[in-house]
Amino acid sequence: MPWIEANANVAVTLTVNGVSHRLELDARVTLLDALREHLRLTGTKKGCDHGQCGACTVLVNGRRINSCLSLAAMHGADNITTIEGLGTTDALHPLQAAFVAADGLQCGYCTAGQICSAMGMLEEWRAGWPSHVGEHAPAEAITAAEIRERMSGNLCRCAAYPRIVEAIQRYAGDEGAST
Amino acid sequence: MTEAIVKMDTPFADSLLDRVPAPLVGTELPRIDGPRKVTGTARYAAEHFPDGLVHGVLLRAPFGCGRITKVDPAEALAMPGVLAVIRDERMVRNGGGFAGAAAPVQGVEEVAYFGQPIGLVVADSLERARAAALCVRLTFETAPGVFDMVASRETALPPTDDIFGLFLIHTEQGDVAHAASEASALVDAVWQTPSQSHAAMEPHASVAIWQDGQLTLHGSYQSPVVTRDQLATVMGLEPTQVRILSPFVGGGFGGKLGVMPEAVAAAIAAQQLGRPVKVVMTRQQVFEMTGRRPMTYQRLRLGADAAGQLTLVQHDTITDQLTGEVFFEPAGLATHLLYAGANRQVDHKVVRTNKLLGVSMRAPGEAVGQLALECAMDELAEALNLDPIEFRLRNEPERHPETGVPFSSRALVACLKQGAARFGWPTRSRDPGAFRDGEWLVGYGMSSAARGNLFGPSRARVRIEGDGRVTVETEMTDIGTGTYTILAQIVADLLGVELAQVDVRLGDTDDPASAGSGGSWGATTSGSAVYAACSELRVRLAAAAGAPVDAITLAGGVLTAPGIRRPITDLVGNGLAVEGVAQPGESNTRLNQTSYGAHFCEVRVHAVTGEMRVARWSSVFAAGRILNLKTATSQAIGGIVLGIGGALTEELIHDPRSGKVVNRDLGEYHVAVHADIPAIDVHFLEERDSVANPLLAKGVGELGVCGAGAAVANAVYNATGVRVREFPITLDKLLHGLPPLTSATSRT
Ligand code: FES
Ligand code: FES
Repeated sequence: MPWIEANANVAVTLTVNGVSHRLELDARVTLLDALREHLRLTGTKKGCDHGQCGACTVLVNGRRINSCLSLAAMHGADNITTIEGLGTTDALHPLQAAFVAADGLQCGYCTAGQICSAMGMLEEWRAGWPSHVGEHAPAEAITAAEIRERMSGNLCRCAAYPRIVEAIQRYAGDEGAST
Repeated sequence: MTEAIVKMDTPFADSLLDRVPAPLVGTELPRIDGPRKVTGTARYAAEHFPDGLVHGVLLRAPFGCGRITKVDPAEALAMPGVLAVIRDERMVRNGGGFAGAAAPVQGVEEVAYFGQPIGLVVADSLERARAAALCVRLTFETAPGVFDMVASRETALPPTDDIFGLFLIHTEQGDVAHAASEASALVDAVWQTPSQSHAAMEPHASVAIWQDGQLTLHGSYQSPVVTRDQLATVMGLEPTQVRILSPFVGGGFGGKLGVMPEAVAAAIAAQQLGRPVKVVMTRQQVFEMTGRRPMTYQRLRLGADAAGQLTLVQHDTITDQLTGEVFFEPAGLATHLLYAGANRQVDHKVVRTNKLLGVSMRAPGEAVGQLALECAMDELAEALNLDPIEFRLRNEPERHPETGVPFSSRALVACLKQGAARFGWPTRSRDPGAFRDGEWLVGYGMSSAARGNLFGPSRARVRIEGDGRVTVETEMTDIGTGTYTILAQIVADLLGVELAQVDVRLGDTDDPASAGSGGSWGATTSGSAVYAACSELRVRLAAAAGAPVDAITLAGGVLTAPGIRRPITDLVGNGLAVEGVAQPGESNTRLNQTSYGAHFCEVRVHAVTGEMRVARWSSVFAAGRILNLKTATSQAIGGIVLGIGGALTEELIHDPRSGKVVNRDLGEYHVAVHADIPAIDVHFLEERDSVANPLLAKGVGELGVCGAGAAVANAVYNATGVRVREFPITLDKLLHGLPPLTSATSRT
């Protein structure tokens, strides 16, 4: 089978959290596996490998994507931000701090995806992207209904949902107040 | 090492936790492992990279029942980077049980269910192993299997084992047939619940490393010691030759209790190849080859007299399981004790099917059993023209209605009353379909909740270092439950040190063995072991200071007693360590221990399409002392949401021709998502249970799911007038019975 025999490696430079990494990768390596297995940035999680859970969400040029649905070789020209690029345990990003304060996590496996997704989602909302719940024109503050709708691609089996919404709302409110 | 034992032979009237001046226990302390989890620095099983690591991908049987006759690995082995195609009789066919060291069913020839693991392909990269796994050629013979439990229910037989006496197979008292003929009101119907998947967000994953005859395995396991013992048996090793590390577990819910196929495969491959091997299940494999909550077929027959007193409580349940497996879904568990009634029968039977292994899933028995029982109670209340809360109040038993033993603590009535007030229950219209808000029919529903409280042996070592820091070490895990935080709180309170001074190390089988995470007993059992260690350390500190232990106060790293004030660091020398042991005793059996609660919800059903939305939720629980209000509330919410999913969306669909799980991914198996879940109001009553353990706490983790789905179903009925007894309540089951569009009165 030619697709197996080809076994081609590709060279790609991935810029992750501001650092460039030159990699020789099997062309089949997804962005998610490049991050986890090759760069050992394991904060980004694999929950399904099929774009169905959101655990692998990262920001590519500020936009949220499911990194399991994208090949690493496609991202040579991009700026990738993962959970490791937001804050550290000693200096949490305000959204990370809001998750801890609201207990927007339990086992923690979906958490990086929820946080990266929320970052991208708030940008989409500020930019006036529409959503199914129909509150198109940016209101003063994002509503819980908007957050629930826009975050529904991020599953949490521990079901921290109400508290994730609370964390995002709290963070978005503080951001709004400080800008 | 000194041991300090707390054995629950007599009630614990006086807990040290109630003498702490400004306790952390009970507060809303944020979880201490939170910063690591939100920054992605907590490392889970698959996130270890020992030198020389290679990747394994499991092979699975693509048929429901029969035998593999030939495996041709030639094509796969010829592919670049492929190291081995391993088929070893030690590999496990079914996952292991939640307790005991017995080996699970092994073998790679006989196939008992679709998707069963039958081998492992190993290559130097994940991509190569994955591609090669598609090129292993299988030849097999199929055999007739049993794939449809409901169609085969006449073949049901009693379970072969009562699972350590935890599950009663059959109980009866009085005369149920006579009671049925005499009852003023009777409900006699069948409720069905489907197979469900735990679907923890972290797939099962193991990294196996051999060194000098020792096996180290980074795994995702709720109870590493149980897993270690089973893995040792399977591999033909002594338990001392195996070490399992599970400091972070990405969700379990019962799906990661016994050893699972990926751990065994990784261990065998690492042994054979002399290199570390990582095996991570794909999401599809998690659905197909780990475990499921078995499906149930439950007949409820409830009867009452004209005064609304239950005279008959009968619950006959049928569930399914693989041949030879002892676990069964104990769906009648809560029916034994939730309500009074003189004539009773609870029965369990099992149909042997060729479908994925049935295992414990969050609140085994109670989650699905209360779905049926609490819906039946709603139906009978209606038949009696009673409010469902009033009906429950009239049937509150003083003692366990079967055994006559007292309850250690039981605040169901208070939960019902306070929950009703918080939710605004009195505004409910008792007539179904009567309340419409625009295009939405609005219904209120409620249910009781009950989950048995268990206690098991558990150990923890607590060491005060010379510099005053305190280390807690136990094999216990934190699967999202809050263990790290709760144990640190107990230590900080009992030894009077700052929280930041406490290090908690979990999930290592080299540390003292715990009861593990399961059965809602993790916090209370491991917390009791820590309590035992700390109370002995207090005795030691008092002795070192020359003060009677009852006279000391420990706070801010300082021991004070009349005329004495000494920093703890002065009293411990180079360090002081005690191993605490918590042991169940007579008091755990002399009284019935159960956690209780009540759920209330508003469900909106679209009058045209039948779409259902849960709009509002309140629950009140009583579970003894709440150790951490924040994590306990999160646990309660998690359970409630699982209940909502179980009521409305979750169903593993088996192909009736092969048993295959058709919807084996997260796109087709519908767990609740953000948009499905409203704000959830959770309230815990102040309670102490001195019979349960020295913390005076009862289990919380599984209580939330108990009854939650029934509250949803009862609200759907109240909104529409349609009783759906086959879960989940998808809208196709509602549409035929929705009220005519003109009938309901609009009220806002
Ligand atoms: S791992 Fe990418 S969406 Fe699930
Ligand atoms: S915190 Fe466990 S899956 Fe979200």
